[in-house]
Amino acid sequence: MTKVSLVIVGGGPAGMSAAVAAYKAGVTDLLILEREAHLGGILRQCIHNGFGLHKFGEELTGPEYAARYAEQVKELGIPYKVGTMVTGITEDKVITAVNPTDGIMHIQAEAIILAMGCRERPKGALNIAGARPSGIYTAGTAQKYVNIKGYMPGKEVVILGSGDIGLIMARRMTLEGAKVKAVCELMPYSGGLARNIEQCLNDFGIPLMLSHTVVQIHGKDRVTGVTIAKVDERRNPIKETEQYIACDTLLLSCGLLPENELTKGAGITMDRITGGAVTDQSRQTSIPGVFACGNVLHVHDLVDYVSEEAEIAGCAAADYLANKQSERVDITVQPVGGVRYTVPQKITSAQDTTVYFRVADVFRDKRVVVKCGDRVISNKKKIKLAPGEMETVKLTAQVLAELAEGTITIGLEE
Amino acid sequence: MFDVCIVGAGVVGALCARALSAYQLNVCVLDRANDVCTGASRANSAIVHAGFDAKPGTLKARFNVRGSEMMEQVCKDLGVKYVRNGSLVLGYTDEDKATLSDLYERGVKNGVRDLALLDREGVVALEPHVTEEVTCALYAPTGAIVSPFGLCDAGLGHAMDNGVEFIRNFEVDRIECEDDAYVLYAGEQTVRAKYVVNCAGLYSDKIAAMVGDDSFTVHPRRGEYMVLDKAFTPSLTNFTLFSTPTPKGKGILVTATTGGNVMLGPTAEELTDKEDLDTTAAGTASIRAQSARYVQNIPFNAVITSFTGLRAVGSTGDFIIHASAPGFITFGGIESPGLTSAPALAEYCVELLATEGLALEKKNDWSPVRTKGAIKFNKMTDEQKNEIIKDNPAYGNMVCRCEGVSEGEIVAAIRTNPGARDVDGVKRRTRSGMGRCQGGFCSSIIVEILSREMGIPYEQVTKSGGASIINYGRTKGGEHND
Repeated sequence: MTKVSLVIVGGGPAGMSAAVAAYKAGVTDLLILEREAHLGGILRQCIHNGFGLHKFGEELTGPEYAARYAEQVKELGIPYKVGTMVTGITEDKVITAVNPTDGIMHIQAEAIILAMGCRERPKGALNIAGARPSGIYTAGTAQKYVNIKGYMPGKEVVILGSGDIGLIMARRMTLEGAKVKAVCELMPYSGGLARNIEQCLNDFGIPLMLSHTVVQIHGKDRVTGVTIAKVDERRNPIKETEQYIACDTLLLSCGLLPENELTKGAGITMDRITGGAVTDQSRQTSIPGVFACGNVLHVHDLVDYVSEEAEIAGCAAADYLANKQSERVDITVQPVGGVRYTVPQKITSAQDTTVYFRVADVFRDKRVVVKCGDRVISNKKKIKLAPGEMETVKLTAQVLAELAEGTITIGLEE
Repeated sequence: MFDVCIVGAGVVGALCARALSAYQLNVCVLDRANDVCTGASRANSAIVHAGFDAKPGTLKARFNVRGSEMMEQVCKDLGVKYVRNGSLVLGYTDEDKATLSDLYERGVKNGVRDLALLDREGVVALEPHVTEEVTCALYAPTGAIVSPFGLCDAGLGHAMDNGVEFIRNFEVDRIECEDDAYVLYAGEQTVRAKYVVNCAGLYSDKIAAMVGDDSFTVHPRRGEYMVLDKAFTPSLTNFTLFSTPTPKGKGILVTATTGGNVMLGPTAEELTDKEDLDTTAAGTASIRAQSARYVQNIPFNAVITSFTGLRAVGSTGDFIIHASAPGFITFGGIESPGLTSAPALAEYCVELLATEGLALEKKNDWSPVRTKGAIKFNKMTDEQKNEIIKDNPAYGNMVCRCEGVSEGEIVAAIRTNPGARDVDGVKRRTRSGMGRCQGGFCSSIIVEILSREMGIPYEQVTKSGGASIINYGRTKGGEHND
């Protein structure tokens, strides 16, 4: 069996960034395994701009952002295999992968970084009534047809869900000559970034219909239309508000799901809310030496944050392989009052730590309060919080060392 | 001129074709769709009924029991997935218990082997995930599950390997009777055959009426299903779970499938429109409410797809099998247990044609074992797989990540009789697109492979034939290179 110190599963933004960080921290025996024919992951089809503002201080397109990392991977001589699908990971860190030239490989890793990204929630999960004609795509699939394959999957489009890819595709399809008739969002607020609603819908006069859903898909061979309806507070469609919209395409942008089949197969402890692994501040999972970062851990808003998180995991993997120990603490981070989840979920080392979190609803004029028991660690006023925008709080090494053990809560208060 | 023309490439048509391919005959199969297995055979419970349910003395009982006996060997010969997973009819009340005793008696009368009545303890010992409400059950160890797609595909494929011709997109709109033959029309196209076997499912009444047989009608009964992510199968069931039939109906089932997913359904709703394949909000709600009584903690947020099947319900309540005209055999109203019965119906089809005067002479080289099927790549050992990949690297190129399907398997599905011609056809043969992402990642690649293999432009590839196109042509930017 081949032996490799560090195997990175996934050559998208998370995997590449983690590999570069690990390499720079001294890991030279490493290998990236990527299932697509090229490095870059989903960024390759995200040809719009807006990437890299935080990381590089400039606006890049997705492929440009990916290229920055792919170039580094190549310059540093970090080995990678594309067209290679990992089919299994064991608790003992044996990776099984397959590609056309090597066939089926078994690789014994000392450390693993999981960076498989996420997938879109498909139609089946939404239980929309109607037949199953052609013309129903997830927004990402449509994006691949348009941007990678160069084909138009639709001419008259309704979009269900206002996730960022759906918003981006509303604009993209419009620019390619399609008519986007409406974007329906089940919730009373959009899950997408405010800037995308402005630039992708409002600028093109595409209506965003909040508290609306698709109740019926029409068409036999190809979609011929959809019936939409307003929903009540309990998200049940209101019969009298039903209206028919003729269209040939329904795009779905109803959420992203971290792709963790390999993680579960390895027996790693999962977080029910994020859909990713439970990790500590270094993004180490319940199996020592197995780390996770990027959208496989929790769905991020911006790729810049993915890169940041991946650097943490990459450096941590290097520390793990070098057997570096730091001051141990045993702290659980718990979301309370209005906060849906946090990443990391636990802290095992006293070092400066940024905790990412998402809120469960749209809130105005709240305070983000971080506490340990009665002790208030921080208390910061926020004018607006929304589920679509990831928030952070910073914990200093000093505070963590003082606490040593216990539970830190992060919640919203008046 | 064909000796025999079979109308309909569902499971009955496919297996009739296979049975006839053993004889020195010129046989064709017509279907209105772009593929085999697109009607009731495509969307059903995919189970092999043990045979305790059918009323003794009926055709359903006769062919169910015989079909159930034959199915395992047929699947083995054809390389089709078949698992004898056993079925449990769950009971909740004393009344149910009495009904289960009746079912037991009926099963014994029908010749079903190894039936057993269980108390709660017995049920829980077999299936610990049943709900607290379950008090008793009828256990049928001979109950099984089968891949209906595989059975249709391999059945017709085996027939084609042995010379049967498959004509797609041929929707029979009239039949004329000449001296020595029937002429079947689809618009301007014609097919002439001395004998006709009508396996047209929901439209078997319409086809029979074309030769003057209006003795029966067939109406659609909608059955909706939901399919769960297979990651949850271990916490649900490996059995086929029924509930005790009541005067209100037979209820749904919660069943394992050969694909590894647990499936919930079907509902039962009488319709008139034979093309209405809609799923409904009411159907979904009904499945959720009913299935919650079978097993604990069904994760409804892990439903990956839902679909509707239409059972072809005959006006007599039983299978309708007779000669509609001389040399014209009709299989009408083949609803449940039609899938189970299909091998036995095919066997009977040959007998009936002989009665009608068809001369049967066996081929010397015909074997019931299919040797020209696609290789079962995913069943191989790593060493075997590596040998294949070395020979054909496309087997190392994973296209469908959820179900682990390689390019090699997809190409084989297109090239092996009766080859896939659209995305749904590839899906039924390989499971690519049947997994938890429902084709989100792989469909664009499958379109590319179909386009390449069939030598047609990318935008002409369809989801399921006809007007079900996937793309409308190039973007403004024109040609791209990935």
